[in-house]
Amino acid sequence: MNRYTPLRWKRVSLLVDKKAVAALGAFLLLVAGVAILSLGSGDMSIPPAEVVKALFGAGEGMHELVVRSFRLPRILLALLAGMALAASGAVLQGIIRNPLASPDLMGITGGASLAVVTFLTVFSDRANALTVSIQWLPLAAFLGAFLMGTIVYALAWKGGVTPLRLVLIGIGLTHAVQALTTIMILFGPIYLATQVHIWTTGSVNGANWNQVTTLLPWALLLIAWIWISARHLNIQELGDAIAGGVGSRVQRERLFLLAVSSALAGSAVAFVGGIGFVGLMAPHIGRRIVGSSYGALVPVSALIGGFLVLGADWIGRTAFSPMEVPAGVFTSAIGAPYFIYLLLRTRN
Amino acid sequence: MSVLIKTTRQKAAGIAVGILLVILFAGCSAVYGYTEVGWKTALDALTVFDGSKEHIIVLKNRVPRALIGAAVGMSLAIAGALLQGLTRNPLASPDIFGINAGAGFAIVLSAAFFSVSSIHQFAWVAFLGAACTTVIVYLLGGVGAGGLTPVKLTLAGASMWLLFASLTQGMLALNERALEEVMFWLAGSVEGRKLEVLTSLLPYLAAGWLGALMISGPLNVLLMGEDVAASLGQRILIVKIFAGVVVVLLAGGSVAIAGPVGFVGVVIPHVARSLVGMDHRWVIPYSALLGAILLLLADIGARYIIMPNEVPVGVMTALIGTPFFVYIARRGLNRL
Repeated sequence: MNRYTPLRWKRVSLLVDKKAVAALGAFLLLVAGVAILSLGSGDMSIPPAEVVKALFGAGEGMHELVVRSFRLPRILLALLAGMALAASGAVLQGIIRNPLASPDLMGITGGASLAVVTFLTVFSDRANALTVSIQWLPLAAFLGAFLMGTIVYALAWKGGVTPLRLVLIGIGLTHAVQALTTIMILFGPIYLATQVHIWTTGSVNGANWNQVTTLLPWALLLIAWIWISARHLNIQELGDAIAGGVGSRVQRERLFLLAVSSALAGSAVAFVGGIGFVGLMAPHIGRRIVGSSYGALVPVSALIGGFLVLGADWIGRTAFSPMEVPAGVFTSAIGAPYFIYLLLRTRN
Repeated sequence: MSVLIKTTRQKAAGIAVGILLVILFAGCSAVYGYTEVGWKTALDALTVFDGSKEHIIVLKNRVPRALIGAAVGMSLAIAGALLQGLTRNPLASPDIFGINAGAGFAIVLSAAFFSVSSIHQFAWVAFLGAACTTVIVYLLGGVGAGGLTPVKLTLAGASMWLLFASLTQGMLALNERALEEVMFWLAGSVEGRKLEVLTSLLPYLAAGWLGALMISGPLNVLLMGEDVAASLGQRILIVKIFAGVVVVLLAGGSVAIAGPVGFVGVVIPHVARSLVGMDHRWVIPYSALLGAILLLLADIGARYIIMPNEVPVGVMTALIGTPFFVYIARRGLNRL
């Protein structure tokens, strides 16, 4: 059976990967399912059918309020952040050509965290109010992420970058960045400390529509951008020599992709903090399902990432109620063993 | 490898110089800070205590702090030297392998959910956490083809570190009261600890120091390769377990006192080896002295960097240690 179907429309033609489309559809359904379950659970339990009604504005008044004003922003934020982190991880694994690369192990989320804490500390006045618009926060996170990505990459450069050196230096710099973050917290207003801890673990608690509408354009645009430049990623995967041989401007493309990847990780970190290991796991699961062609891999891993964070948030919110466990705890608890499993496999 | 200090006599003299330096910097630690007290006042506080503000600061704050700093620095550096020798991995150390984070997680867990608060209980909890992490990392590093390789061990350690760091943060996010208590401690700090904390843990640490010196000879043999060591009649497993126990005592004890102070264990053994070569009978004492010196200096620096506030000493060691770490990582994992 042929896996690919060509789509032609006048002068445009597309080669569609049927398996990828099927996988996308399946994960969309899965995400929608978890989202509806999650929307329905909490202090006030709402059956799935009522949730769907409320979403389309046909439910009871109370249900509509809870679902649309309280729970929906949180669900969307979790979904978007998961998608952004997963896409970022997929790109990093492509340009570094290493399955162990991920925004957290390379210190990129750490850099973004540092930037965000610095931003909050520097631009807070005595009354703990921000002196500049919160809209600038994603920019700060992006700058932190990008700087960190470039620094790690540059320090790991020694006539080329080996994946192991990249990971090692990432580990070292993550330690250092954590130290700097601690300094900023001690500098900053007291209330920040608690906030920052919840937030560096990664939590979508307290999400509001404002955050969703700020993150939405960033995340979707950047993911779309990566999807469009999937062919560059595919070429990068072949190795520098071949990529250069077929006419790719390897270093330039790599820097550019690194920037996009940092931007994605940074924008996610800006709103939900460092939800760990999503950027590592999602692309792997995706690769298992649709293979390593980025045209299919990017959207599928994005959906898987969204699914992971959504699921982690749902479990964290309901399993230990009334306590709320930050979503990042669950993703790390699954992610660390997964990382070790990968480690064992790749060394074999 | 070219070493700076070659003859035995020079090495012994180096130890004496090291001890003098430790005493000198401990003195500096008692004198310099937000309240400058002067050398004479500091000395008076120890000999003819008169209850004045300066004397109280010196006796209740500065001296314990200097002693704790020196003890923690020694312990972490020795633990790092042992781990690096044991695993032949230049990045091995209690912090990179996640052992400190494991001990820290155990302490936060016990403080948040089981209301443990006495230092003795903390110590045993920390030992337990450190021991579990050591075993896990060691097992993980050895699974799969090729057995125990430096690369696998490092990555297994790093992932355990990430796991424990995020679990600890999650715990703190759940429990704000615990957060206030352990925030400064978690960053790694020797400030504001009472002398009793040190004295009650000193037996464990001292046992660790002695154990490290005892194991240094067998460790030299082990460094020639396990085959060689076995054919020379060494019981490798016993040596490894003994060294592991010493590491757990030193790392767990340090974490219980000062929280996870990073990078001392990675950096110092390298400096020590570049001074005296690969003989662990010298590397261990040199690491101990250098570790104490580094931590004392870092702690003095920590008082000045954002005067009048202080940064935790763990932040300072991380800032000093990172460039060094990057250098070692760039050099590669195959050279100890």
